[in-house]
Amino acid sequence: MSTYNFDYLDELEAEAIHILREVAGQFEKPALLFSGGKDSITLVRLAEKAFRPGKFPFPLVHIDTGHNFEETISYRDQMVERIGEKLIIGSVQESIDQGKVVEQTGKNASRNALQTVTLLDTIAKYQFDACIGGARRDEEKARAKERIFSVRDEFGQWDPKRQRPELWNIYNGKIHKGENIRVFPISNWTELDVWNYIRREKIDLPSIYFSHERDCITRNGQLMAASPFLNMDDEDVVERKQVRFRTVGDMSCTAAVESDATLIDDIISEISASKISERGARMDDKVSEAAMEDRKKGGYF
Amino acid sequence: MNILKFFTAGSVDDGKSTLIGRLLYDTDSILADQLEALQSSNRKNDDGTIDLAILTDGLRAEREQGITIDVAYKYFQTEKRKFIIADTPGHIQYTRNMVTGASTANLAIILIDARNGVVEQTIRHSYIVSLLGIKHVVVCINKMDMVDYSETVYSAIIEKYKVLAQQLKLADVTYIPVSALKGDNIVQNSGNMDWYEGESLLHFLEKVDTDNLDKSQLARMPVQWVIRPQTEELHDYRGYAGRVLSGTFNLNDKVTVLPSGASSTVEKIEFFDQTPDAAHAGQSVIIHLKDDVDISRGDTIVNASALPQESKLIEADLCWMDGRALDTSIMYNIQHNSKITRCKISEILHKVDINTLEKHAADEFKLNDIGRVIIKTADALAFDLYDDNRANGSAILVDTRTNLTVGALMFRAAVE
Repeated sequence: MSTYNFDYLDELEAEAIHILREVAGQFEKPALLFSGGKDSITLVRLAEKAFRPGKFPFPLVHIDTGHNFEETISYRDQMVERIGEKLIIGSVQESIDQGKVVEQTGKNASRNALQTVTLLDTIAKYQFDACIGGARRDEEKARAKERIFSVRDEFGQWDPKRQRPELWNIYNGKIHKGENIRVFPISNWTELDVWNYIRREKIDLPSIYFSHERDCITRNGQLMAASPFLNMDDEDVVERKQVRFRTVGDMSCTAAVESDATLIDDIISEISASKISERGARMDDKVSEAAMEDRKKGGYF
Repeated sequence: MNILKFFTAGSVDDGKSTLIGRLLYDTDSILADQLEALQSSNRKNDDGTIDLAILTDGLRAEREQGITIDVAYKYFQTEKRKFIIADTPGHIQYTRNMVTGASTANLAIILIDARNGVVEQTIRHSYIVSLLGIKHVVVCINKMDMVDYSETVYSAIIEKYKVLAQQLKLADVTYIPVSALKGDNIVQNSGNMDWYEGESLLHFLEKVDTDNLDKSQLARMPVQWVIRPQTEELHDYRGYAGRVLSGTFNLNDKVTVLPSGASSTVEKIEFFDQTPDAAHAGQSVIIHLKDDVDISRGDTIVNASALPQESKLIEADLCWMDGRALDTSIMYNIQHNSKITRCKISEILHKVDINTLEKHAADEFKLNDIGRVIIKTADALAFDLYDDNRANGSAILVDTRTNLTVGALMFRAAVE
């Protein structure tokens, strides 16, 4: 009997690859939702490990709020070219132009909520029956209870009380027409696991994850990147700060943290010692105690 | 560092959520903003300290009712190990949630309230642990602070539990007296119970042998996906992608493909840019065979010298998980790893009263019922008995009218 070293990252990786292959085997028209954030970048690496030397059995889908960090978009385009897979872009600007959604106004306006509509439209347009996403259960307490295969109705809604039991490593992907399944292969990973994996696999990330100088304003106790997408007034004081981002979302809702971490090792030690959780830097979760649960029920990822 | 998945079941009053909250809190797994949200919450203990139970209550309905209604997964890690907790409600109406949480665990924590000792729910939780074949059991006698940290009370409870453990054939049981509320013996050994010579709960969890790695010869890999790039340079490439359920495949091993029964030899094993000599339980790999055999998703590649059972008639334990009762007149889908086929429940042998462990005859199966059935499948399944090989001895039932997962099956015997 040979011995082998199968550590926690190997186990998480093998589980995620198994889930991705179940998606390939069980669905007609799956898609991988790609945000340009580290979790979806990790998914792309896992998909390479699951399907190479074959092609991915799904396209990448990016829901573009139009309020992206430009570093994210250039990263996305380079990556798509490197892996040679198909990219579909769903545009929030288009949804606004079509009058399907109305841009928020006021100081805390953001396109974060609008992307739900664009996502659902994109799913309907391409008739995707499964959408793979990079959500993790450690992010937030509503997510802690979500299945790895999570059924959405025609309206994109998640019903926490009608979730299917999910046993052993068996995933039930049967759905009715119009429904789709959101699949979360890295459900069991923590933020630190993702970073350790990125370090181990030497995966490139968009530069905004690392320390850089940026004009920021402080709002509701959080540092926001000054940008044309943020409604600013005279009370907002722009300051030059040394910052980095822990998540990559819409520029108007993703807060920066002050940091000198320029290397992955620095980031990992910073996170290990950190006293603010990752979603703590997301203004969209701060609205109420049940904010995430409500947005998920409404079709948000 | 490896992963320990453990399972806890408990009811509203026995302090399970407090125990998990305490593990997270005392291992510094709660971050500042979460702690702040916790402190600003209205729920406090009687003495004004933070109610740690809130940490595990995820959904709004749960917070409103102050109970856990679903399986919640929680994560923490120490220098020695990464932990995944499947936290489930313990009341009988949530039996299916307990079965779900227990299905992936390799250790179970059973909580006993020191004031009440072994009660009906202790039997129920322990039965589920034995049914789902969880190897290690830790019995935490909780609320020791409420019984003056009395060794006599503790000893009396363990004597009682030992009888139950024997009845349920639970082989590896560890007993720890704790107070989740006060933190005694959770992370640090308690100064309040000098008579207890064992380890704290966390220390035990850090060193218990997880045995994630299956040492058996039962090499099994269900094929999930066939990789055929069909490009010019990879014209003849044909790789079978799957996760090794159990055992080990080595290069040049003789294998059998089921259900066809075709024989071949392992020619190459691939893992992304590596070509290892062996593929072990738990690994997701690509296997190439020497011979050109017809293989598709749903087939299983197995060790030719340790074949699984093959049958269309299987005796199994069933836990019913749907509000709509079992209908023995209709067909369901059975999903066994990557294989899906039609099936019927052809006979209900008995049901178990999980509060008393008594078996009785039954002609119906409703939500949360557990018992023994005979299942008849359209295609033969290549399976192992659950006790020999959990990963290849389990399956789910899917109602094709609703697509819901309605049953969990643990295979106990092939019917001759």
